Amino acid sequence: MSLTGALLYLNDVTVTFDGFRALNGLSLVIEPGEMRAIIGPNGAGKTTMMDVITGKTRADRGEVLFEGARDLTRLDEAEIAELGIGRKFQRPTVFDHHSVFDNLLLALKGPRSVWPTLLAPLRGAERQRIREIMEIVRLRGLAAEIAGNLSHGQKQWLEIGMLLAQDPKLMLVDEPVAGMTDAETAATAELLREINRTRSVIVVEHDMAFVRELDVKVSVLHEGSVLAEGSLEHVSADPRVIEVYLGR
Amino acid sequence: MIARFFLAGFDRRVALALIAVLAIGTVVPLLNLMLPASHVLHVPDYMVALIGKYLTFALLALSVDLVWGYCGILSLGHGAFFALGGYAMGMHLMREIGPRGVYGHPVLPDFMVFLNWKELPWYWHGFDQFWFAALMVVLAPGLLAFALGWFAFRSRVTGVYLSIITQAMTFALMLAFFRNDMGFGGNNGLTDFKDLLGFNLQAATTRAGLLAASSLALALGLLLASAIVGSRLGKVLVALRDAEGRARFLGYPVERYKLFVFTISAAMAGVAGALYVPQVGIINPGEFSPANSIEAVIWVALGGRGTLVGPLIGAGLVNYLKTYLTAAMPDAWLFALGGLFILVTLALPRGVLGLFDRDARRPRTAAVDPIPKAAE
Repeated sequence: MSLTGALLYLNDVTVTFDGFRALNGLSLVIEPGEMRAIIGPNGAGKTTMMDVITGKTRADRGEVLFEGARDLTRLDEAEIAELGIGRKFQRPTVFDHHSVFDNLLLALKGPRSVWPTLLAPLRGAERQRIREIMEIVRLRGLAAEIAGNLSHGQKQWLEIGMLLAQDPKLMLVDEPVAGMTDAETAATAELLREINRTRSVIVVEHDMAFVRELDVKVSVLHEGSVLAEGSLEHVSADPRVIEVYLGR
Repeated sequence: MIARFFLAGFDRRVALALIAVLAIGTVVPLLNLMLPASHVLHVPDYMVALIGKYLTFALLALSVDLVWGYCGILSLGHGAFFALGGYAMGMHLMREIGPRGVYGHPVLPDFMVFLNWKELPWYWHGFDQFWFAALMVVLAPGLLAFALGWFAFRSRVTGVYLSIITQAMTFALMLAFFRNDMGFGGNNGLTDFKDLLGFNLQAATTRAGLLAASSLALALGLLLASAIVGSRLGKVLVALRDAEGRARFLGYPVERYKLFVFTISAAMAGVAGALYVPQVGIINPGEFSPANSIEAVIWVALGGRGTLVGPLIGAGLVNYLKTYLTAAMPDAWLFALGGLFILVTLALPRGVLGLFDRDARRPRTAAVDPIPKAAE
């Protein structure tokens, strides 16, 4: 097919919940190494789109292809994660009773089935990689801290760190700066840019200042399909976008 | 590799509990058998039977803690696995009676002769062999748990719904085992046991031996549970207990982990039941009663959920209280049990062991959710 170059290819995806069309013929193409920001008003279908990509929700119709060949509509969450798609939730979701170190350890790329996990020892290389990730996500020195005791911003970063540990080819990040201070928001933008150097990222965000800071191609979702696509300046100038979203 | 596996989860508390359990298993039988009845330190026979029974309850509590405390599966049907293990052992003990039954039939147990049955039902074959019965003690509850878990976990049944299913399972089994047609002795269950492996079940030495065996089984169970909990798999269990969705999106096949621990736990409960039956001398469908399973959950809650050692203490405390109260004030027992549960829920959310726990590694938000909500 002609789209083998795309990392993620969504074509005409439709999802209906009890008659409500959460996604309505959504099409989206993400290239390898790309960072894309997805914006749109509440109910535009942003989270449903993430759910479809990660296998949480099944599409009624349409294609979802990863790396041109893998049909994501046939796989479950764990299998899709194993393919190399990582997801950060809207609310920071980490393992509250585990230490920062253990959170990252569990996320680290490696065997996921029952028996190998039962007998897996802690390897030096794993320890080393966890240290590196803790540096990247600004959690140095907090290895033994229980994740439940971290601040909101630190939890967001820990979750991003867990995604990094997974070493995915594509990271889906849902509202990473919700509830963050301005300084934390700026640091997060920098962090995502750093991550984007080695992998593709899709960011769903409400915060316009943050999207501007990311300075990447933007897709505007409205009523379950893409309304406009392009730079933030370009889509901001689109009268339809102004009407449904920015002009409210 | 095996040694490392078993030592991974080993901490001071588990070590102390192991020593205590093994000490009970050696000291109590010795004080019972070696000292004359007049001696101050002599342990009377009824105490041996009682302590032996408590040890099997402690093993049941441990199995509940493994699924509830570490994996968030609130099973209200673990009594069923305990009873199935008990029935498997009871069937062997029935076959051991042989021609010494009231009706003197060489093969058929008394209740079958009474029901005018002519031959042994197919599922009673093999139980004349101890090794076969021992295998069934683990396999019957294990397979049931595997089958139930296979369907429930795959369909992503969690929380209260899962609890209700397990409760319904034990209730259905109780009704089934009450029926004479089932071939498990109906209402009366299995009783009048004579001996086990050639040892007379009424003899003080056999009873002391059963107590020692129970303590050994509990110690091994504790060792296995602490190894599981201390492994990376144990961390995955806690992870999916606290944030199942996150674990899924990290690529963990959550269902298989739940199935693994649920099956192991059920087999453990089966072993507890098998050791319980020869010590109390009877197994009947009442053991499937939903109340029994709920009581086991209370032991765990009281002792401290997710601590492994706490549930052993909880089982001991509650059952001692039960023994004492049902004799001294029979009407007060259920009120005491209900009161205890309320007290623990309100005042000791982390159980008795939580009182002594200076473990700073726990989050301040000690979110003690009896039934964790399904993650997003």
